Amino acid sequence: MAARDRHGSGPPFGDVFKVVGTSARKVDGMAKATGEAVFTDDITLPGMLHAKTLRSPHAHARIVAIDTTRAAALPGVRAVITGRDLPGRFGVLPWTQDETALALEKVRFVGEPVAAVAAVDEDTAIDALELIRIEYELLTPHFDPLDALRDDAAPIHDTRERNVSKNVLLEFGDVNAEFARADVVIDEHYSFHGTTHAAIEPHCALARLGADGVLTLYSSTQITHYVQRTVAKVLELPEHLVRVIQPCVGGGFGGKSDPFSLELCVCKLACITGRPVKMLYDREEVFYTHRGRHPMQMHFRTAATREGKLLALDARTVLDGGAYSSFGLVTTYYSGQLLAGPYALDALRFDSTRVFTNKPPCGPKRGHGAVQPRFAFEVQLDELATRLDLDPIELRRRGALPAYTETLNGQRITSNGLLACLTAVERASEWRVRRGRLPFGVGLGVAASMYISGTNYPVYPNEMPQAGIVLEANRSGLVTVLTGSNDIGQGASTIVRMLVAEELGLALDQVRVVAADTDLCPVDLGAYSSRVTFMVGNAAIDACRKLRAKLTSALAAHWETFEGDIVLSEGEAFDRKEPTRRLSLKEAIAIAEAKYDTLATAGSYNTPKLGGAYRGGTIGASPSYSFTAHVAEVRVDDETGRITCEHLYVAHDCGRALNPMLVAGQMDGSAYMGAAEALMEDHDVDERGLHRGPSLLDYPIPTALDVPGLSSLIVESIDPEGPYGAKEAGEGPLHPAVPAIANAVYDAVGVRLRHLPFTPARVLAELEQQRAALEGRRARC
Amino acid sequence: MLRMPRFEVSCPESLPEALALLAESELDTRVMAGGTDLLVALKNRLEVPQRVVSLARVGGLDHVTEQEGSLAIGARVTLAQLGASDLVRRLAPALGEAARSVASPQVRQVATIGGNALLSTRCRYYNQSHFWRKALGFCLKKDGTLCHVVEGGKKCVAAASGDTAPALLTLGARVTLESQHGVRALPLLDLYRNDGIANTVLRPDELLTELVVPAQRPGHRGAYEKLRVREAIDYPLLGVAVRLDVDPDSAVVTDVDVVLTALQAKPRRVARIDSLIVGVPIHGEAFEAAAAQLGLRARDQCHPVANVPGDPEYRRKLVPVLVRRALLRAAGAA
Ligand SMILES: Cc1cc2nc3c(=O)[nH]c(=O)nc-3n(C[C@H](O)[C@H](O)[C@H](O)COP(=O)(O)OP(=O)(O)OC[C@H]3O[C@@H](n4cnc5c(N)ncnc54)[C@H](O)[C@@H]3O)c2cc1C
Ligand code: SF4
Repeated sequence: MAARDRHGSGPPFGDVFKVVGTSARKVDGMAKATGEAVFTDDITLPGMLHAKTLRSPHAHARIVAIDTTRAAALPGVRAVITGRDLPGRFGVLPWTQDETALALEKVRFVGEPVAAVAAVDEDTAIDALELIRIEYELLTPHFDPLDALRDDAAPIHDTRERNVSKNVLLEFGDVNAEFARADVVIDEHYSFHGTTHAAIEPHCALARLGADGVLTLYSSTQITHYVQRTVAKVLELPEHLVRVIQPCVGGGFGGKSDPFSLELCVCKLACITGRPVKMLYDREEVFYTHRGRHPMQMHFRTAATREGKLLALDARTVLDGGAYSSFGLVTTYYSGQLLAGPYALDALRFDSTRVFTNKPPCGPKRGHGAVQPRFAFEVQLDELATRLDLDPIELRRRGALPAYTETLNGQRITSNGLLACLTAVERASEWRVRRGRLPFGVGLGVAASMYISGTNYPVYPNEMPQAGIVLEANRSGLVTVLTGSNDIGQGASTIVRMLVAEELGLALDQVRVVAADTDLCPVDLGAYSSRVTFMVGNAAIDACRKLRAKLTSALAAHWETFEGDIVLSEGEAFDRKEPTRRLSLKEAIAIAEAKYDTLATAGSYNTPKLGGAYRGGTIGASPSYSFTAHVAEVRVDDETGRITCEHLYVAHDCGRALNPMLVAGQMDGSAYMGAAEALMEDHDVDERGLHRGPSLLDYPIPTALDVPGLSSLIVESIDPEGPYGAKEAGEGPLHPAVPAIANAVYDAVGVRLRHLPFTPARVLAELEQQRAALEGRRARC
Repeated sequence: MLRMPRFEVSCPESLPEALALLAESELDTRVMAGGTDLLVALKNRLEVPQRVVSLARVGGLDHVTEQEGSLAIGARVTLAQLGASDLVRRLAPALGEAARSVASPQVRQVATIGGNALLSTRCRYYNQSHFWRKALGFCLKKDGTLCHVVEGGKKCVAAASGDTAPALLTLGARVTLESQHGVRALPLLDLYRNDGIANTVLRPDELLTELVVPAQRPGHRGAYEKLRVREAIDYPLLGVAVRLDVDPDSAVVTDVDVVLTALQAKPRRVARIDSLIVGVPIHGEAFEAAAAQLGLRARDQCHPVANVPGDPEYRRKLVPVLVRRALLRAAGAA
């Protein structure tokens, strides 16, 4: 099947790329800089109503009665809905559909949507919310996952006997035997806290029911296709009458990859009122919508030989899932599956349990499910290096998996630039002369990781392509690309444009990308799991090859020469053998259109069959993996406990940098996001279940002054599976940031940080303990 | 986006006109200078006035002038102006530092010194949205009957959070309050009350029109240290202003003042410190030892509570560190 063909990693004509490898501007860069870009909230339709959501003030309660009569009677109010109006269950994964648009029988966290009002303006809608009367019967909430796991804990979901959302226990190799023959065992507990995405654009949705019966939804989503399916399911409409359009999105980071309450509510309200309805979340509501990083409690044991050869890893993890499943089933697998690399192990066992608690639901955040265990393992490796008196980079080098191999849990590795990444950060940070030799308070730390370039596992099982592209070559000289993929600021449409320009020899402005409109575009599964450049890129090349064949064969006939001699480059077509034969691509398209009729082709991509032959073996299996290494340089103020991350040296193997500026942008953004999680962010609730500060004042994300110096060192390993050899760059570069900082703190002040976040108060307490221990030792001498 | 409640806006063109508006007591009125605090309070429904009187068009409130070493600062002078003023840098360095430490450059561009001096107290249970506070069951400071910081507490202990007040207090600043009934001038210290709900004695019909920083002694030095999570935006979790008067000839400390903020509703002057440091030369180990001693004394007088985010015990541990650092920096900044 053409969709699974590899396209080769070289340039399509001759041996130099014309577009690929340049730092071409983003398609929407200028529009965003000038304010011309249209985000969902910028859209206003005639007669549009505004909607607001009423939220639960309780963490766990049964809804006894709801009275909306006073709200509905308020002048200006057009419709009020509650859970009963939208009872259909949904969830991004077909196996765990435990959400409803508005709470039905129960509320499960503070901030959960309970009712929605559409009114002539926002103020009226807000006033109406105050008039809705809800009678609750309070239930005991669970905020601590271990508490929720107790046998006598009342289930948060009545359909489940216990609060276990998912348990995965997998063992590869003989873990006990490896531990029995180990020279060294490091056995420690680690914990990762909750963090959220904090994308700059809050969620917004606008729906309109047309006179033609088509329900159109504009939404700030990163997964148009799943939203379309969910809207159709919950509103009981045929899928073809639901059109979902994603306007410009101001960042997602995984926080917009579930179908959400607001999307379903505006659709329902539009159907009831017959008028367009918009809902824009405020920042506080975004915090309740969450789907951020799962807090994890991790008990990790690593076995190794005296020489530092890694034998086995035994990982037990409790994931705090919050109130709903979301992507949690996959998260639970990811918390262990991705530990099988980037180092060779003889045995791996992981036992991961995701638990429901009465908190905003967790989900996928950049580096989904793998960032937390990576933190624990990379700190554990540092502890091992210390124990064995080995250089931590050397330890990692010795353990690194080779290229073109298989991990012990059956993941196929193709290209692998890990060693090059380690060397790049080692050099850039002057590791050899500086590490361990810096003054007290300053230190260097290393960590490495690997991550998927998409997964071969669509969220609903099917045999159809994961990415589709349609191209139309117009006699105006324009090629229009239709792609279902979601550009959420990461540059998806820019990459598609570059690939098409490269393949067809067009100038960039001759390629226009129309994206993320389910009426116009073939299906793409959306912007998650770092799949877009890889999969959509491959689909684009597939479609281009078909169109190119028409162009070159028409020109060959026109010039009476061989197809193989036709070159398409920089807006022109010419005959390699006789370069005086030269036409603009506009003319070339006209010749081909005359010969073949209207010029359009479709391309697609699907992953090869991958993954281990065991239950869950395909989760975490990717057509290719990216590799990353970080060295962090920190300064620790031993009087205040404050850690300043002075610099992050980030080396990332992205296969091929199709656009180095975009790759570096992703690396910078990832590294900074990781550093922020380590040092300041904390998404948590208090003993009542109230969020500790659902605002960008109380949930601190770094200001320009708090961002470390960043060196983004691109490593290219040219992967056989990706478009022209490219792999992902959007999530992988985050993972090592957190453990690299922890390890650098150890180098700086000798304190081992195993529990996040590294707040000054915690660091100071650790330093005090260390001082007390030292003094105690001195006193005993 | 959070919506504001509905209210009427008046934009008087002169001071008398503004004072006349404030004298009308039928409408519940709030004054707005830069609005950087008031607008957030409105959005969170902490304030639900019927009318807002904006000072935007009132002239005569934006001067920074010197007279024989004394500084007169109009209430509407922005923190950006203050932070960049050479006069302030020279005559009242701690005030300049404090002004530059507030919020972010964008906020300082509109935030005023008057608004900063009159900033309401802050608390993690109070500076939240209406939804959040309602879910909590509100608190003493507004709409509720309980304090969530001090169990069983009958008094609001929200924290003084303006950065400039402690610096101004060390400088002995005075404020001018005007109403249709006349002009009051009082020491800044007397403007404040140790009550988280009503933390100033300003009457609803009064405007703060001017702050005066008296001439300092020849060897005056000052510094402001601030504890916060980020390098910008964040309110103080602890603020320490110091004034150090140093004899220009002998380089010996002649007087000292240390004021802390973000602990309780009123900025707190550290007591009984002269004997620790007066007479000590600012260069040398004796000064460092004295500064450390002074820090410990300050700590013994502070009892941070969980009113602002973060661990109060940690804030307490940081008192001696920040006090010492502020003193050392003031001494070094000759
Ligand atoms: C994101 C953010 C971060 C912030 N960080 C800090 C910080 O780090 N440190 C800090 O100190 N502040 C901070 N602030 C608060 C605020 O910006 C400053 O305190 C600012 O100086 C307030 O001045 P303003 O002119 O904007 O006051 P306004 O909001 O206009 O007024 C504040 C109060 O004073 C009253 N008022 C103002 N002027 C007069 C007058 N002349 N007469 C009578 N009453 C008056 C108002 O009625 C109101 O009650 C922050 C604010 C924001 C939004
Ligand atoms: S200190 Fe107590 S009363 Fe005052 S704002 Fe905080 S919780 Fe409310």
